[in-house]
Amino acid sequence: MTGRAGDEKTGRVHHFGANVNTDDIIAGKYKHRTIDLDELKAHVMENVRPSFATDVRPGDFLVAGPNFGCGSSREQAPALLRHVGLTAVVAPSFARIFFRNAVNIGLRLIEVPTTGLSEGDRLEFLPGKRLLRAIGKQWSVVTPPEPPELTELIAAGGLLAYVKAGGFR
Amino acid sequence: MALTAVEKIISNRVGHDVTPGEIVVCPVDLVMAQDGNAPLAIKLLTEELGGERTFDPDGVVLVIDHCGPSPNDGASNLQKMMRGFARDYGARLFDIGSGISHVVLPEQGLALPGTLVVGSDSHSVAYGAVNCFGTGMGSTDIAVAMLTGKVWMRVPETYRIVLRGELGSGATPKDLVLELIRRVGVDGATYMCLEFAGDGLASLSMDARLTVCSMAIEMGAKTALMPADAAVAAYLAERGLPPGEPVEADADARYGKEIELDLGEVRPMVVLPHDLTRIVPADSVDIPVQQAFLGTCTNSRLEDLRAAARTVEGHSIHPDVRFIVTPGSRQVYLDAMREGLIDILMTAGAVITPPGCGPCVGTHLGVPADGETVISTANRNFQGRMGNRLASIVLGSPETVAASALRGRVSAKEQL
Repeated sequence: MTGRAGDEKTGRVHHFGANVNTDDIIAGKYKHRTIDLDELKAHVMENVRPSFATDVRPGDFLVAGPNFGCGSSREQAPALLRHVGLTAVVAPSFARIFFRNAVNIGLRLIEVPTTGLSEGDRLEFLPGKRLLRAIGKQWSVVTPPEPPELTELIAAGGLLAYVKAGGFR
Repeated sequence: MALTAVEKIISNRVGHDVTPGEIVVCPVDLVMAQDGNAPLAIKLLTEELGGERTFDPDGVVLVIDHCGPSPNDGASNLQKMMRGFARDYGARLFDIGSGISHVVLPEQGLALPGTLVVGSDSHSVAYGAVNCFGTGMGSTDIAVAMLTGKVWMRVPETYRIVLRGELGSGATPKDLVLELIRRVGVDGATYMCLEFAGDGLASLSMDARLTVCSMAIEMGAKTALMPADAAVAAYLAERGLPPGEPVEADADARYGKEIELDLGEVRPMVVLPHDLTRIVPADSVDIPVQQAFLGTCTNSRLEDLRAAARTVEGHSIHPDVRFIVTPGSRQVYLDAMREGLIDILMTAGAVITPPGCGPCVGTHLGVPADGETVISTANRNFQGRMGNRLASIVLGSPETVAASALRGRVSAKEQL
């Protein structure tokens, strides 16, 4: 989740409301048939916005209201958002299991107020400066630092890499 | 240092007194994975981590409950993978028909007082009813836990929920937890442990407590914990299960917040589509329903089936309604048959499905049609949850679901 100068990313905003749940991100009826993210990709966000799967482009941002990722523990939800190439999910707050799943698999979450952003805005993320700003619009925030206790895990690239490197033993 | 119950459970495992907000690597007693998320965890453990066996074959439990019997070839192959893993890597398997993990684990003594269970399912918080710290995690966490017996976690702050008095006539444990969610909010307890206390607990049966704790996640909580009182001791003794190592909070433990709920004020409630932000009195709405569903880890235990059977006994369900009943486990199913409950429900027109999660998660056994409304005892009414994004789900108690099945409209039992 940390970044260096030169890692700037720009992308479009896909805007959603409060309490987006993991069934919204990937419906149970699909994820019980397969664990292949390429097969599941066509159904990402289908319950609430069927057009999202074809609209989303690598680099884009998913911007939402509070309590993003509430509901079930399905890791396929953050995994799919990473798989479609989102730069980050930006929301004022995240549900607990979604947050830890994202940390574990290396999906960037930016926990900041999102008031003022709307569908189709363009965002630029400058990780070196910890700055997230809208392009052509007065909107910018300083992104919060990651929890210091998770630095090693995040720097390793996620929990699997951390454990493979000897963590937890 | 004074500790809350959840702080004691974590402290006992990490070897020092923990404080809220601290991130620890914590040993667990049991790892549970269900068929919705176990296959990915198994793939990560075997292919990514190169694991050759689980940390403890008795400490890993696999439950096939989300799709049983399998509705399609994809699910069948994932279940085959789970059976092979249980055999070759060491895990205890509860195959199709055993029941819903959160009904089975307490029944089988796999969630015991004072223990820490992580499950690949968000409703693992239900185990709090037996004084067990249960919490849900994703497949990567579960893969690592199956291999190492450990997880990372942030020590939660604790909210103390004080229950007073007794539920009045017409009010049920489901209504109690819906009223609590209405007050706390769908993210009002994010990252928190909800520790229950108060004289009101004594009047709640174990089935009632499991209903209440199962829905802690709908407030964002990491876990819920109830004390190991006489009811818990009796539940374990009746089943010949060990007593565990009960924990209770120190008298001067510190809480982030205290919320008092007078059970006498609880009324029958329903949750309107498509999330848990609209919780209203059951008799304040008049919505036609085409399907009624009694089941899930929140309301599929013997007392739930009894409540529904008492409501429909001697009546027939409305001709425009399909009434689907899913007992929570093989044991619940057998007990309900022996008590004559299945007879009463079927005579009234209900369809009984094998024990499992099916209808609630949209995998099979009751996917609604476009434009239909389902009245359900489930814990979630998210859009598309039951397998059709063009259907709506209203949540309520077993009594409300059964009454609605009779009237063909969302109804409290008192409206019959």
